[in-house]
Order: sequence, then C-alpha cells, then structure tokens
Amino acid sequence: MSDHEYTPKSKVGKWFNDRLPLLTLANHLTDYPTPKNLNYWWTFGGILTFCLITQIITGIVLGMHYVAHADLAFQSVEHIMRDVNYGWLIRYVHANGASMFFLAVYIHIFRSLYYGSYKSPREVIWIIGMLIYFLMMATAFMGYVLPWGQMSFWGATVITNLFSAIPLVGESITNWLWGGYSVDNPTLTRFFSLHYLFPFLILGLVVLHIWALHVPGNNNPIGIDIKKPSKDTVPFHPYIVIKDAFALLIFLLIFAFFVFFSPNILGHADNYIEANPLVTPAHIVPEWYLLPFYAILRSVPDKLLGVIAMFAAIFVLVILPWLDTSKVRSTVFRPIYKQFYWFLVADVLILGYVGAMPAEGLYLLIARVATAYYFAHFLIILPFLGMKEKTTPLPLSITEPVLGGSADMVMARNNSDFKEKL
Amino acid sequence: MKIFLKLTFFFVIISSLILSRANAAGEQQELLKVDWSFKSFFGKFDRASLQRGYQVYTEVCASCHSLKHLSYRNLAEKGGPEFTELEAKAIASNFEVTDGPNSDGEMFERPAKLSDKFVMPYANVQEAIAANGGAYPPDMSVLVKARKGGANYIYSVLMGYDEPPAGMELDDGVYYNKYMYGNKIKMSSPLDDDIVEYSDGTKATIDQMAKDVTTFLQWTAEPHLETRHKLGFRVIIYLSVLTVLVYFSMKKIWSRIETKV
Repeated sequence: MSDHEYTPKSKVGKWFNDRLPLLTLANHLTDYPTPKNLNYWWTFGGILTFCLITQIITGIVLGMHYVAHADLAFQSVEHIMRDVNYGWLIRYVHANGASMFFLAVYIHIFRSLYYGSYKSPREVIWIIGMLIYFLMMATAFMGYVLPWGQMSFWGATVITNLFSAIPLVGESITNWLWGGYSVDNPTLTRFFSLHYLFPFLILGLVVLHIWALHVPGNNNPIGIDIKKPSKDTVPFHPYIVIKDAFALLIFLLIFAFFVFFSPNILGHADNYIEANPLVTPAHIVPEWYLLPFYAILRSVPDKLLGVIAMFAAIFVLVILPWLDTSKVRSTVFRPIYKQFYWFLVADVLILGYVGAMPAEGLYLLIARVATAYYFAHFLIILPFLGMKEKTTPLPLSITEPVLGGSADMVMARNNSDFKEKL
Repeated sequence: MKIFLKLTFFFVIISSLILSRANAAGEQQELLKVDWSFKSFFGKFDRASLQRGYQVYTEVCASCHSLKHLSYRNLAEKGGPEFTELEAKAIASNFEVTDGPNSDGEMFERPAKLSDKFVMPYANVQEAIAANGGAYPPDMSVLVKARKGGANYIYSVLMGYDEPPAGMELDDGVYYNKYMYGNKIKMSSPLDDDIVEYSDGTKATIDQMAKDVTTFLQWTAEPHLETRHKLGFRVIIYLSVLTVLVYFSMKKIWSRIETKV
C-alpha cells in the first residue's frame, strides 16, 4: 500500500519528522495489515479506547466542579447535577460510561478466551490487558466512592476491610489505607487523587497493549498464523476503521439509551442517600461488574482465604497462556473446549447473580459450586483438555474459508490439502 | 446480522442480571403503579400538578422535611413548576434567612431572595431528630432517586397507611404502612382530604395530593428531566441516521474486496 504513503511535504514537516518520525507513524497505523475475516467481536478494542477517552474527558470536567471533602462531596455532586451547565449530562455519561466500559471489556475478554488470542505469541498483550482490567476495577471502585453516598461509604468500608484479613500487619495496612481509624475524609481525598491518576496509567498500558498487538498482529476467528501483508489481510484504514466506527455507533445507541432514558438503573438507589457512618444499609452490594468476584469472596468461609480466592480468580487469568496447553487457538476447531467455554460463561454469569444475592442458604451453596468450577476450569480442565482433545483440521489460510462456498466444502478441501502435505 | 442477535442476547442477560439484583431485596408488597406523565421517551411534567405539588410540599411536608439542594430561583426555571419570576420572588420573600456579616460585623435577618437555598425547617440534624421522636425526616431533594421504586414508592407510601394487621404491636409514635420497608413508619399519615386548598379548583383528595407532591418530588430529584428526554431523543435520531450512513459506507468500501462484512 505504498502508493498512498504519507511523507511530509513542508520544510517544517520534514525537519520535524527527521527528528521524531511521528508523522510517518501514521503510515504504520493506516497500512497495518489486519486479517480480513475479523468479526464484530473484534470491534471492542476500538470501543474500549473510546470508552477510556470518554471517561477521561468527562472525568476531568467533573473534577473541575467536584469537591473532595466528606462534608461537601455529596452536595457538590448535586451542584453538578443541578447548576453546572449540562452537568447532569456529563455526570450521567461518566457514571453509565463506567458500566458500558465494563460491558465492553467483558465482551473483549471473552472474545479473547473464545478465539485463543492469549496464546503464543500474544501472551504479553494478554497480561497487559489483565493489568488494565485490574486497574479498571480499582479505578471504578474508587470512583464509586466519590459521590459519598451510602453505598460509596459502606462499599469502601467493606472492601478496605478485606485487607485487615492479612495476618499480623492487616490492621496497620487497613489504617494506612484509610488514613485514620475508619473510612473518612482522608480516605475520600486519597481515593479522589488515585481515581484521577489511574486512568492515565491505564492509558499508558493501553498504548503498550496496542504496541504489543502490532508486533505479531491480530489474531483472527480461524486462529491460524497468516502472512502479512497478503491476500488474507486488509489495510487497517479504511476497512477496519469504518467497521469499528459502525460497531461503535451501535454501541453508542445503547449507551445513549441508558444516559438519557434510564440513567440510574445501573446504580443503587442508596447512593442518593448521603453517607452516614451510623446507619448501615440493608444490603451492601458492589457495582454489577464486580459481582462475580464478590461472590467468590463470600463463598469461602474464612475471611483471609476468601480474599486470597478473590485475587487468585484474577491471577489465574494472568497465567492463562500457560494453563491452556492446546496449541490450537480458535475454539472453532476445538469441539470439546467449545462446550467448556460456554460452561465458563454460564458459570461467571451465575457467580454474578449470586453475588447480588444474600450469602445464605441455596445462594451460598450455588456460589461455592460455581467458585469451585471457576477454578477447576482454569486449573484442571484447560491443562488436561489441551493434551487430550482431538481438534478438527485447521485450514491453511483464511482466504479459503472466507471465499469458499459452504463450510463443508472448505473443510473437505482443507482436509485434502492437509493430506497432500503429509 | 447474527452477531447483533448474539449481542442483544448478551445485553438482555446482563440487564436481567442487573434487574434481578434490583429486585433482590424485595419481599415487600408490590408497589402501586401510576401512569406518570414524566415516564416514557417523551415524558414531561404536568405543570399544574408541579405547582399544586409545591403547594402540598410547603403546606404539609416542609414543616419537617428540607429541600436543601434547591434554590427559590429553581421554581421559576424552565422544565419545573415554571412559576413566573414575580411569583417565585414572592414565594421566596415569605422566608427569613440569616445573612451577613454587614459592615458593622453583625449577622442580620432578611427576606429570602431567588438566589437563596430553600430554608430548612430545622437548624441541624440533631434538632430534627429531637423534634421527631428520634426519627430523622429525610431531606427530600433527591428522595425519589434514593428509594427503590422511585416515584411509585413515594406515592405508595403516602397511600399505604392502614390499620395494622391483627397481632402486630406498634409502639407510640410508630404507624403501620403497607409499603414502607419493614411496614413501620414514624411519620403519621401526612395527608387528609382537603388539608390544602388548591387555587385552581382541583379537588384536594388524598390521592390527588399524593400524585401532585410525588410529581413535584420527581422534579426536585431530576430538575433537568425534560431537557434530558428532549436531548436524548435528538441524540438517538442523530446516531441512528449516522449509523445508517456509516453502514452503507462500510458496505461500499468492503465491496472492493470479496469478503463480506
């Protein structure tokens, strides 16, 4: 695609580009060879970038009007909602934006799990992605504390108290986190400070995530290695750009529906009650996107082990590239894994559901079974399945299944190709 | 298009999860449902009902419940009760606020202006609790958003006073309410037929007053609701048109190669 390669024409442009080739970086980005068979599940990377930028911009504006003080925070949020020009819009976009961000990131992660995008040579992309996910959860949690409503206060109390489970130093650590002997003004101000900082760390990690992606290039639904550039690829611009734009617009329609027509449905009513350390809400529930981990935490009877289980649930994801022993990436060619994949999806949804329920009786039992299965999936099923599973034959290139007629025809031809090779 | 079915499927699952969580706490009686004018895509406030609701608030609720996030100017703003500026000024001037210090260093009392916040019934929370038998009458500014069930809940509680079921012991100053969490409430039934006299001739039944004051409280909680609906409709139209345009551009661009999108 060198026919439309951009080179700076002006003197200043040339002078600058010789010293910092920023202008010709655009060539890499526009020409970047992308598998042509990417489906819509691959559009969530772009959507997530959009979400991050939206959160940062709306967040910066909110930060101009918000007051991080235990006595004034709630009132300043109401000031934003009432008196700041379009403050209600900015805050609702920011609050619902967090949920949309997590919706997108869960789809992005499960896409990766389905198509084996975490496997060699993309382990580093995956690990950076997990770091981003972890920071996102921390950022979202601290952001939810800032309005200083009842759920803010009690959510912060419950989560920070987890650290007191650490033997010997637990209490000291918790007091250090609080900046005092309970969740109070010092906790609020530091959460605000960190809530402002973390998104920029995430932004930096996103740059690394994309950089690491651009070394091996995208995985694809077939999951095979492809030559780049070749018949199997299209330049990123305009093909992928326009497709990402279309998917983003669909996403925005859903986003707008929440913001304008049911902006509070994803939040908890109690957070419109000002924080009161003397009154505990009937049910303390985290935001929906943290519920599966909350369920794992509560399913273990011992507090310390519960905390360990919760962090382990994230850590098994980090080491996933080495837990999954199968060399075949895409689930399309792994008939047995495909079933386990959908079991895992169901398992996580069940965990999310019981996470919202009181931890007692049948709910607790379900949570325990689902937690056990969650770990079994990663620690037992994946390592063994990779060694035992009989995968179906892989096509040699993606052009064939894309251009070929019916799937069976393609499969038949690929089989014969395969035999010839042998 | 299969992908959109899948996406919708995911979307439905996740929203049902959220909704199920929302209902998780509820072993309560099902709330009364009202066909509010402010619900739905084009929902707007009933202006006359807002003005009547303000009257109910001032004459009934305001003796105990504050509206601390509102200013008197809000009463004349677009999308609210839309009193005229003169009317709002007259309303404000009925209240005394402490201002100062003046040039002599003295605090002084003066009638409230449009820019003043609503005057609170009690000086502080402790006084409010002491005056109400140990129960704090919550601030009503965002009360509708702070209760699960929203406007329907507020309306239901106002309509939910009844004789306690046989066998239920109630302490002094505690009342039975069908819809209140735990069925016990420290506020006696605040409404009674003709407790206020509407200037527009509407008959002041309990049901009418409950509806009016709930509408008013929905506005205090969401003063920009009308703008939000109006803007939301435009945004959805804009995005839909743009989506269609981008869809066909995408089809055109991808037609250069043989792959389908």
